[in-house]
Amino acid sequence: MSQRSMIGTRIRQRRVSSGLRQAELAKLAGISASYLNLIEHNRRRIGGKTLTQIAQVLEVEPASLREGAEVTLLTALREAAGARAGSSQRPAPELDRIEEFAGRFPGWAGLLAELEARRGALERTVEVLTERLAHDPQLAGALHEVISTATAIRSTAAILAETRELEPEWQMRFHRNINEDGKRLADGAEALMRYLEGGPDTGSDIKSPQDELHAFLDAHGFHFPQLEGWGAGTRVASLVENAKMLETASARVLASEVLTQYVDDARALPLDQMQRLIARHGAAPDDIADETARPLAQVFRRLAMLPEDVAGGPLGLIVADAAGAILLRKPVHDFAVPRGGAGCALWPLYEVFVQPARPVRAVLRQGDLRLEALAVAEQLRPAGFDRIGIFRAHMLLRPQTGSAESARQVGATCRVCSIPGCAARREPSILMDGL
Amino acid sequence: MGKTVLLIEDEQNIIEAVSFILSRDGWDVKIHANGHDAMDAVRTRRPDVVILDVMLPGKSGFDILSEIRADMAFKDLPVMMLSARGQTRDLDMARRAGANRYMTKPFSNAEVLDAVRALVPT
Repeated sequence: MSQRSMIGTRIRQRRVSSGLRQAELAKLAGISASYLNLIEHNRRRIGGKTLTQIAQVLEVEPASLREGAEVTLLTALREAAGARAGSSQRPAPELDRIEEFAGRFPGWAGLLAELEARRGALERTVEVLTERLAHDPQLAGALHEVISTATAIRSTAAILAETRELEPEWQMRFHRNINEDGKRLADGAEALMRYLEGGPDTGSDIKSPQDELHAFLDAHGFHFPQLEGWGAGTRVASLVENAKMLETASARVLASEVLTQYVDDARALPLDQMQRLIARHGAAPDDIADETARPLAQVFRRLAMLPEDVAGGPLGLIVADAAGAILLRKPVHDFAVPRGGAGCALWPLYEVFVQPARPVRAVLRQGDLRLEALAVAEQLRPAGFDRIGIFRAHMLLRPQTGSAESARQVGATCRVCSIPGCAARREPSILMDGL
Repeated sequence: MGKTVLLIEDEQNIIEAVSFILSRDGWDVKIHANGHDAMDAVRTRRPDVVILDVMLPGKSGFDILSEIRADMAFKDLPVMMLSARGQTRDLDMARRAGANRYMTKPFSNAEVLDAVRALVPT
């Protein structure tokens, strides 16, 4: 059966979708119902005037009946057959009957093509993820540790099970080794799980300095009573020094910077003053900024680092530099916020870099969750003719409920975001069509 | 005294298990537990066969194998590499570096024993 001979199938599909009976179409096209029946079952060739008349009745171009969507379908089926080449487990697909198959069973053929496309996408996803895992030094190190421990357990257990006359001291030593390795294996597997689950886990053995910093801040609820009030600056060093969660020197440097800024903010906007301001204005940063003549970014930081009962509810805060790196990250509720340097470009956090002097407000949504986001860029160093200005964007987040205000749909990062047709998408999502 | 195996491996309990099974089979097992001066250990111990882990503190097993092959005295020394990575790329790297055998962890004691026996026929 040729491509041309599938015209009948397309006529039938179009007629059925138009709600016409065969006899009605035949009458309107000026042919007999039995002739149309033969045409629709691809048993009569059709072209010229008859095809034009049928196309007119069906309100389609004759060309769309001559070359339907089957071209794409047949290409996909041929690709599926090609992917099976070389396999000897089953008979080879009957390529010479591919058009007959697509014509007689369009539903099955479409399903097969779709499954083949999905298989290919998943295969590419696995390849990319495998490649990514292979180049993650932290993960490679952790996997090596787990597999080496499993190797030691396997060898030792085999010795204990298979060696007929094993001296007592060797038995004792190997039992001890297995016990040690069993514990190491459990710890290693647990650490791997935490790493793969991706959260900044306070107990994880595999984490970046930023993860250590955020675990430390999270453990304190982002609030440090000992750093409130005058003279608190002298307490930063000891607080960092005694923080067991800050294991690396890099994490301690990051924590020192954040806490020093905390002290400066607390000095500029003391706790008792903030309590009075919030009682008067609510957690409205622009009103507080106006009354205190403090920068909005500083008010954001101060509000986000107050206890919830003082701030009047949960508040999140994200701070990023102009390269998009997340410097501070206090999420709020289950709203997925950017983690690293490849956040969703739709967040106001990045929008404020376009006009740093202009604050931006937006209502954001993810599924049923809604947030109000207030963003502003803070200038750390003014620009000059021979140097660029340095800015940091601050975005305050607070849950929003019961509002009918239209909301901007955002994700955390493209890789795990399934918003279709997003104009800001920079890379495909592993949740959609593979990588 | 049997022939000498130099085991370059940093995992203490693997060292103990592999040493045990090779010793019981009559091999004289020498241990070296880091990558820094592994080549010195090869020169000093002059083993009949080397079992070389890929991921070692100080230097990778691939680098150590390249040093072994660059020394004319050891260009034909049988070397079996051990690795937790079973990827084709790593196997290719081991072959290019001159490994006689590449074994992925976790392995069985019998596999190690058979491989060492095959590399150094007695």
